[in-house]
Amino acid sequence: MTTAHATPPGAALPEHPDALWRDAEPQRSYDVVIVGGGGHGLATAHYLAKLGITDVAVVEKGWLAGGNMARNTTLIRSNYLWDESAGIYEHALRLWEGLEEDLGYPILFSQRGVLNLAHTEQDVRDSVRRVEANKLNGIDAEWLDPDEVAKVCPIVNVSADIRYPVQGATFQPRAGIAKHDYVAWGFARRASDAGIDIIQDCEVTGFVTDGDRVTGVRTTRGDIGCGTVALCAAGHTSVLLDMLGVPAPLQSHPLQALVSELLEPVHPTIVMSNAVHVYVSQAHKGELVMGAGVDSYNGYAQRGAFHIIERQMAAAVELFPVFARAHLLRSWAGVVDVTPDASPIVGRTPYDNVFLNCGWGTGGFKATPGIGWAFADTVAHGRPHPLIAPFGLDRFVTGALVDEHGAAAVAH
Amino acid sequence: MQLIACPWCGPREELEFSYGGQAHVAYPADPAGLTDEQWARYVFFRDNPKGPFAERWAHSAGCRRWFTAVRDTRTHQFVSVGPLAGSEATP
Repeated sequence: MTTAHATPPGAALPEHPDALWRDAEPQRSYDVVIVGGGGHGLATAHYLAKLGITDVAVVEKGWLAGGNMARNTTLIRSNYLWDESAGIYEHALRLWEGLEEDLGYPILFSQRGVLNLAHTEQDVRDSVRRVEANKLNGIDAEWLDPDEVAKVCPIVNVSADIRYPVQGATFQPRAGIAKHDYVAWGFARRASDAGIDIIQDCEVTGFVTDGDRVTGVRTTRGDIGCGTVALCAAGHTSVLLDMLGVPAPLQSHPLQALVSELLEPVHPTIVMSNAVHVYVSQAHKGELVMGAGVDSYNGYAQRGAFHIIERQMAAAVELFPVFARAHLLRSWAGVVDVTPDASPIVGRTPYDNVFLNCGWGTGGFKATPGIGWAFADTVAHGRPHPLIAPFGLDRFVTGALVDEHGAAAVAH
Repeated sequence: MQLIACPWCGPREELEFSYGGQAHVAYPADPAGLTDEQWARYVFFRDNPKGPFAERWAHSAGCRRWFTAVRDTRTHQFVSVGPLAGSEATP
């Protein structure tokens, strides 16, 4: 039996849905201009609105959340070693836990836990130490032996006959993933509803300065006056700081990620391995989402070298033999701003009314609500919020680094 | 994979090379006279341009010699390569 169709299947397109936010035109000036319409910029706008500050513009050189916010692997966790990091990341995780309600928008936050595998004696010692440090900071953390790892994630190869056998893992049950686009859209919608202007296709080309203040932001859509400037430009922060003549210890690297074709649910949690160097979760739709470390050289091209992917796939197939027949669907790269101690740079600049938020490197997504909240508070009160005070630019002079590079579950 | 033209060995695959970051970072002439601010600049701060960048590379899996390259960070393409220039030590 055949059915006659008036139009071929699929040809009748649905109505275009309503936009979630106003695509605003730039006004002459704002109390606050946020540079960068990614996750951090939009979250900062949302929390500024909650503080009653709504004469705010978010200027974005491309389209909303089209940079690293569209390219990250959506992992959310707070199991960092040092107190300073635990403070901001755990604050973020607590906000994630209530974010859907706060935004009135689904973000598909799924707390499925993260395993950080240990493959050597030193890995084991560092991991157990980190578990204890996490507990002291009120963060959920457990040390699991290989059999317990297999119970949490049955597809991990915990046999002793692989190149770097799994010696155990740390486990943070409250870690999870969220739908990155929905997060950005949820923040944008709330900020826009509160009266904040989100201005896309508006690239900053310079700054108008008067002594130690910035009085205006030059853009491809004209000059915009500003009371305060909040920089949230991630991998392109150095380009902006060069315009201001402010040096910062940032290096922009390509960071690649990739997804497989859609598969049945096989992977119930998140697995990270720094020694073998890959991390994997399975997205809601079914793709395996994988990533690893940055490409070694500086680059702004939003793509990386193939041999980096080849190595991380070798690691993935060794740890997860079941992935051997999965097909790679696509790979991409973002531009991440890496600092010498693998911790962010947030706080004051030499300009009185310019605040900096950058250096989140490979792990900025997980911090989105936390840094948005703390950065909004910083901008509103004109001083670093206590949660971000340890991350000032001055730490490279004082030597008070927050060295998460080798210390924590940071994948680099 | 990108080919990199080692000044001594000729074009070889990128994975034979190691990256050494910004070139021409001279060790301070008067180390004892530096302020904390100046030490911070020397130890931690490097240029991060979007465009041509003079860098150190080492042909680690080949002749194991360091060289200087200018590479465009917008495209990752090498503009020129040459032997180590200047008198400063290797990175």
